[in-house]
Amino acid sequence: MNRLTRSPLLWPLLALAALLLFNLVVNPGFFAVRIQDGHLFGSLVDVLKNAAPTLLIAIGMTLVIASRGIDLSVGAVVAIAGAIACNSLVSAPDPTSAGAAVVAISTALGVALLLGAWNGLLVSVLGIQPIIATLVLMTAGRGIAMLITDGQIITVDNDTYGWLGGGYLFGIPAQVVVAGLILLAVALLTRRTALGMLLEAVGINPEAARLAGVRSRSIVWTVYVFAALAAAVAGLMISAQVTAADANRAGLFIELDAILAVVIGGTSLAGGRYSLTGTVVGALILQTLTTTVYTVGIPPDMTTLFKALVVIVVFLLQAPRLRAVLARRRRPAPPPLPSGGLPEEAAAVLTGGPVLADDEHTPAPTAGGTTGSGRGALR
Amino acid sequence: MTVSDTRPTAPDPAAPPPAGPGGRRPWQTWLRSTTTGSRTFSVLVTGVLLVVLFGTGSARYENFGSPQVALNLLVDNAHLVVLAVGMTFVILTGGIDLSSGAVVALSTVIAASLLEAGWPAPVAIAVVLATGALLGWLMGAAVHHLQLQPFIVTLAGMFLARGLCFVISVPSIPIRDPFFQSMAQDVVELPGNTFLTYSVFIALAVLVAAVWVLHRTRFGRTVYAIGGNESSAALMGLAVGRTKVGVYVISGTLSALAGLLFTFYMLSGYSLHAIGMELDAIAAVVIGGTLLTGGAGYVVGSLLGVLVLGTIQALISFDGGLSSWWTKITVGVLLLVFVVVQRLTTRRARPGT
Amino acid sequence: MRTTPAGPADGAGPATPSQPVVEMSGITIEFPGVKALQAVDLRLFPGEVHALMGENGAGKSTLIKALTGVYSYDSGTVTVGGTERSFSSPAEAQAAGISTVYQEVNLCPNLSVTENIVLGREPRRRGHIDRRASRTRARAVLARLHLDVDPDSTLGTHPIAVQQLVAIARAVDTDCRVLVLDEPTSSLDAGEVAELFRVIRALRDSGVAILFVSHFLDQVYEISDRMTVLRNGQLVGEHRTADLPRLQLVQEMIGRELATLEDLERAAANPVPTDAVPRLSGRGLGRTGALAPVDLDVHAGRVVGLAGLLGSGRTELTRLLFGADRATSGELRMDGRPVRLRSPRQAIAHRIAFSSEDRKAEGVVGDLTVRDNLLLALQARRGWLRPIPRRTGDELVAKYMAALDVRPADPDALLRNLSGGNQQKVLLARWLLTEPRLLLLDEPTRGIDIGAKAQIQQLVAQLASDGMSVVFVSAELEEVVRICDQVVVLRDRQKVAELDGATSSVDDVVDLIARGGRS
Repeated sequence: MNRLTRSPLLWPLLALAALLLFNLVVNPGFFAVRIQDGHLFGSLVDVLKNAAPTLLIAIGMTLVIASRGIDLSVGAVVAIAGAIACNSLVSAPDPTSAGAAVVAISTALGVALLLGAWNGLLVSVLGIQPIIATLVLMTAGRGIAMLITDGQIITVDNDTYGWLGGGYLFGIPAQVVVAGLILLAVALLTRRTALGMLLEAVGINPEAARLAGVRSRSIVWTVYVFAALAAAVAGLMISAQVTAADANRAGLFIELDAILAVVIGGTSLAGGRYSLTGTVVGALILQTLTTTVYTVGIPPDMTTLFKALVVIVVFLLQAPRLRAVLARRRRPAPPPLPSGGLPEEAAAVLTGGPVLADDEHTPAPTAGGTTGSGRGALR
Repeated sequence: MTVSDTRPTAPDPAAPPPAGPGGRRPWQTWLRSTTTGSRTFSVLVTGVLLVVLFGTGSARYENFGSPQVALNLLVDNAHLVVLAVGMTFVILTGGIDLSSGAVVALSTVIAASLLEAGWPAPVAIAVVLATGALLGWLMGAAVHHLQLQPFIVTLAGMFLARGLCFVISVPSIPIRDPFFQSMAQDVVELPGNTFLTYSVFIALAVLVAAVWVLHRTRFGRTVYAIGGNESSAALMGLAVGRTKVGVYVISGTLSALAGLLFTFYMLSGYSLHAIGMELDAIAAVVIGGTLLTGGAGYVVGSLLGVLVLGTIQALISFDGGLSSWWTKITVGVLLLVFVVVQRLTTRRARPGT
Repeated sequence: MRTTPAGPADGAGPATPSQPVVEMSGITIEFPGVKALQAVDLRLFPGEVHALMGENGAGKSTLIKALTGVYSYDSGTVTVGGTERSFSSPAEAQAAGISTVYQEVNLCPNLSVTENIVLGREPRRRGHIDRRASRTRARAVLARLHLDVDPDSTLGTHPIAVQQLVAIARAVDTDCRVLVLDEPTSSLDAGEVAELFRVIRALRDSGVAILFVSHFLDQVYEISDRMTVLRNGQLVGEHRTADLPRLQLVQEMIGRELATLEDLERAAANPVPTDAVPRLSGRGLGRTGALAPVDLDVHAGRVVGLAGLLGSGRTELTRLLFGADRATSGELRMDGRPVRLRSPRQAIAHRIAFSSEDRKAEGVVGDLTVRDNLLLALQARRGWLRPIPRRTGDELVAKYMAALDVRPADPDALLRNLSGGNQQKVLLARWLLTEPRLLLLDEPTRGIDIGAKAQIQQLVAQLASDGMSVVFVSAELEEVVRICDQVVVLRDRQKVAELDGATSSVDDVVDLIARGGRS
C-alpha cells in the first residue's frame, strides 16, 4: 500500500479514473463497446483513436526528455510530413494507387529522418540547448510546410493512405494499432535492451556516461531522430484522417500536448528516469478530457481551460516541494533516507555546487568502532 | 597524515612570474573581456544586421527607404516591443514565459468585453493590467515556491489564459469605445511628414523604464545575478525568491500592456489573437543577443530584435513575389545563425584555468 | 581527552581581548537517524585564525552551517558579541557580521568584480544605484586587501584564485567580525595560497576572527593560532596550534594511534622485468596549456604514482591517458603498438579504465541504482543491443559488491543515497567489472572515510599483484609512496622526476615538489 501511494503514477491514474467515472455518470453508455461491421465502436475506442497521434509524439518526447532534452519542433514535423505525403500523392502518376501511398509515406518518413537528424546535430554535436535548437525548426518548419503546399490545403483521395486515418485492422482502428505497435516496439527496444538504461545514464549525468564509455552523442542523436519519425507518423495519421494536408493547422500545439502528457505521466523535465506507462496515462488523460468537454456540451475551444486546470491539479499534487513545504517549513534539510542517505539535495540547493564532503553527516563505518571509547573519554 | 602541500618554495628566477591578480598581461585581459563582453558585441551585430536589412530594402524597393517605413516598424510592432521587454526580464533569470501570447489575447478579450458591457475605458485598462499581474504572480509563485520548471508552469498559464478567453467570448468582439478608437487612430505628427502612434511612445517609455530597473536598481542587478548563478545569489543574501516572482509579475503585466497596445492596433478582442506571439518575442530576445541560459543580455537588444523581425516582414511584403511563409523561414534561419554564433562565442569565452 | 582549552589571551597570538566574539556551546543537530553534531562547543576570539579540524564526516560543515544560519540546531546556544542569537538564513548571519566564503566560489561570474562585491547592498542615491560610489567602495576594499584587480572586469574572466579573493573582499566589505573560510585553498596553487594567507593575516591583524577549514595540515600549522578538533560529530579538543604536536592532532582526528595507520601493509615492490615491453608507454605526451610533454612507462603488475600539488598536471596526465582530453603532442603505445586515444571509448576498447577525481560530476549516476551503476561501463562497451543477461548481471553485481564491501548491500538502492566511500567503491567496481589491463585512479581515496580508504589501498595492491597496471594519483603523498612501485613527480604541469617507490620517502617527494627537481 505504501508502495502504491508513493508511486508517481498514483495521481495521474486517479485523475484518469475520475475523468472516466465522470463521463460514465454524465453518459451511462460511455463504457459500452459494440461491434458493427466487424469494427469496434464506442466512446472508449474513440478516446484511444483520437489519443493515438498525441501518444505517438509523446512517446518520442519521453525519450528526448529522458536525455535531458526537449523537442519543440514535432508540431512542425507533423505539418511537414502531411504536406510532403499529400504533395507526393497528388503529383504521382496514379494518385489513387497503393504504390503511390507507399511512396508518399516513405518520402515523408525519409524527410522526417533528415529533420530529426538536423535537431540531433544541433543538440548533440554543436551542443546547443535543446529548447533553442528545436525552436529553430519549430519556427521555420511550418513555413517550410506552407512552402511545400504553396499555402493551399491539398486534398487527396487514396484508400491506402486513408486507411492510416480511418481504417481498421482486426476490428481495431488503424491509428490505435499503429500507435500500439510503435509503443510496444519502443518499450521492448528500451527495456529489453540496454538502451533505456544508457539513455537514463546520459540524461542523469552526461559526463559520467561519456567517461564510462557510453556513446552519448549517438544516443542523443537517435532519440531526436526517433522523435521526428514518431511525429511524422502522427502527421500522416492526422493528414490521412482528413485526407488532406493543412500546413497551417495540422499539429498546431501538439508539441505542447505531448510535453504535458509526458510530464503528467511523471517523467521529470530535468531528464533521467522516464516512464512510458506514465506517458500513456498522460496522453489518455488529455484525450479523455477533450472527449469529456465534447460530451458535456461545453464549447470545444474551452478544452484548453480544462487542460490547464487538470495540469495544475496534477502538478500541485505531484510537486514534492508542496508536500515538503506543508510538512515542515522550518528546517531546510530534508530527512535523509534510512539507508544512511544524506541531505545532500538540500545542501546542494543551498551551496549551489557539488557537495564534496557528502558523507559529512554519516559517521564513518569503520571509525565507528572506536567512537565508543572516544565518547566515554569525552564525557 | 596528510603531507600534501606546500613547503615554502624557494624563489626560482627561471620560473615565469606568478599568475597573481596583477600578473595578467594587458592583451590577455583585453582578449578575455572582449570575448565575455560579447553581449555588447552581440547587440552591435544585431544593430548592424538591422541596418543591412533595411539598406537592402531601400536599395531594392522604391519607397522602402522613406522615414515613415522605418517609423512604421515601431508603429506595427509596439506591442511586440513591450512583450519582448517583459520576456527579457524572465529570460535574464534563466526562465521562460510561454504564456505571454495567450495573455495578450486574454487582454484583448477582457478589454473588449468590459467596454462592450459599458465599463469606462480607464477601469477596463486597470482590470486588464491587474489580471496580467495576477497571472504573472501565480506563475512566479509556482516557479519559485513549488520549484516547478518555468517552461511547464507558463505552459499551464498559456492554456489557462487561452481557456479564459474562450470562457469570456468565443467570437471576436469589436471595440467602439472612443478612447480606444482615438488611441488607434490618433497620431503624433513628426517633422518630415511622418508620424508615430501613442502606442510607440508607451512602448519606448516601457523600454526606458526597463533599462533603468535592470541597471540601476537592486532588483535589476539581482535579476542578472540569478541568471548568473542562482544559488550563489541566494548565498549572497539577495532576495532571490522575491525577484523571481517579480520577473513573472513584470512579464505578466507587460504582456497585458502589450495586449492593450495590440487592442489599440486591432480594435477588437478575439481569443485567437496573438497565437504564437510568445515565440516571436522569444525569437526577438534571442536575436537581440540575450542568452537563453540567463545572466547576459540587454533590453535594447530585444528592441533591435523586434525591429529585425519587423524589417523582414516589411521586406517580404514589399516584394510582391514572396509569400508570407518566407517570414517564418527567414526568422528560423536567423534564429539558427544567432544561436550557433552564441554557442561558439560562449564556448570560447570560458576562462582558462 | 579535552586538553588545553586555552584562550589566546595567555598565548603567543596577537593581542586580543579575552571575550570571544562567537561562542557556540552544546550545539546538537540531528538528522533523522544520524546525530550530526553532539553537544559541540566552539569559541572564536577577535583577531585569531581558528582552524576547525576533522576527517570527513566529523561534522565540520554541519557546524559551520549551524553558525551561518543554513541549518537550525536542535539544542545549544550561539552567542555573538555577548548576546544570544539564532540565525535562520545566511543573510541574517551576515547582517550580524558573520560572512562565509565557500570552497566553490559563490559569486556571479557574469557580473563585474565591483558588482559582485556590492551586490545586494549597493550604495544608492536618489532611488537608484550609485555606480561611482559602488566602484569607489569596491576599490577601497580591494585596496584594503592589497588586491590588484580591475573592478570593472567581468568576474568570470579571472582565475578561480582571484575569484576566491574577490569573494573574501565581498565578505569583508560589510562590517565583518567573523569570516568563515570553508576549504578555501583546495583549488589553489602554492603561489595563490601564499596570496590568500597574506590576505588572511591582514584581516586577522585588523581584528577579524577567522574560522579556517582545510585538509592540508601544513597550511593549518602555517596560518592558524588555535584549533578545534571534531570527530564523528563530537568535540575532541580545543588547542593552541603551537602547543599541539602534529602526531597528537592526527590521533585526535582519526581516533586511533598513528602506528595503526602505518601498519597498513606496504605492497611488496613488484620488480620490473627489465626486458619486458611496458604495457603502456607514453613519449612526449602533452596537451597545449595543460601539460608539458611527459614520458611515462607503466609495466604490467606495477603501481605508478603521480605525485604533485593540485594543478601540477597529475589529473591532466591521467585524462590524456584515458582519452578524456585529447593529447596535442606525443605518442602512446600499448604493449609496444602505437595507439591513438581520441575518446574514452577508444581507451576502453584498449582495456583502460579511469576513475575521475570528481566523483560526483564525472562518476556517479545518482538516480540510477547501484546495480545499473556497476554495470554501466561493461554495458556501454557491449553496446546497447547486447544487454547483459539478468542472471549474469546479478552474479557480477553480487560478487563485486561483496568483494568491495559496498554498504548497504542492496543493489537496488539509488547510488546517490550511498556515502562517499561506498559510492567510490561502486565506481571502482564499475571498472573492475570490465577487467581492465590499465587502471587509472585519480584521487580514489579523497573525501572518503579512513576505513574505505584502507580497503581501496589494499585493493590496489592486490590488483597489481594479480598483474593489472595501475596509475594512482593522490594528494596524500604518504599514500602514494606507500603503495606505489614507482612515483612520477609533477610540478607546474611538468614532470620533474621519477622515483623508485620502495626506496624513496615522503620527504624526498616533498623536496622534489618544492624544489622542482633542480638541485
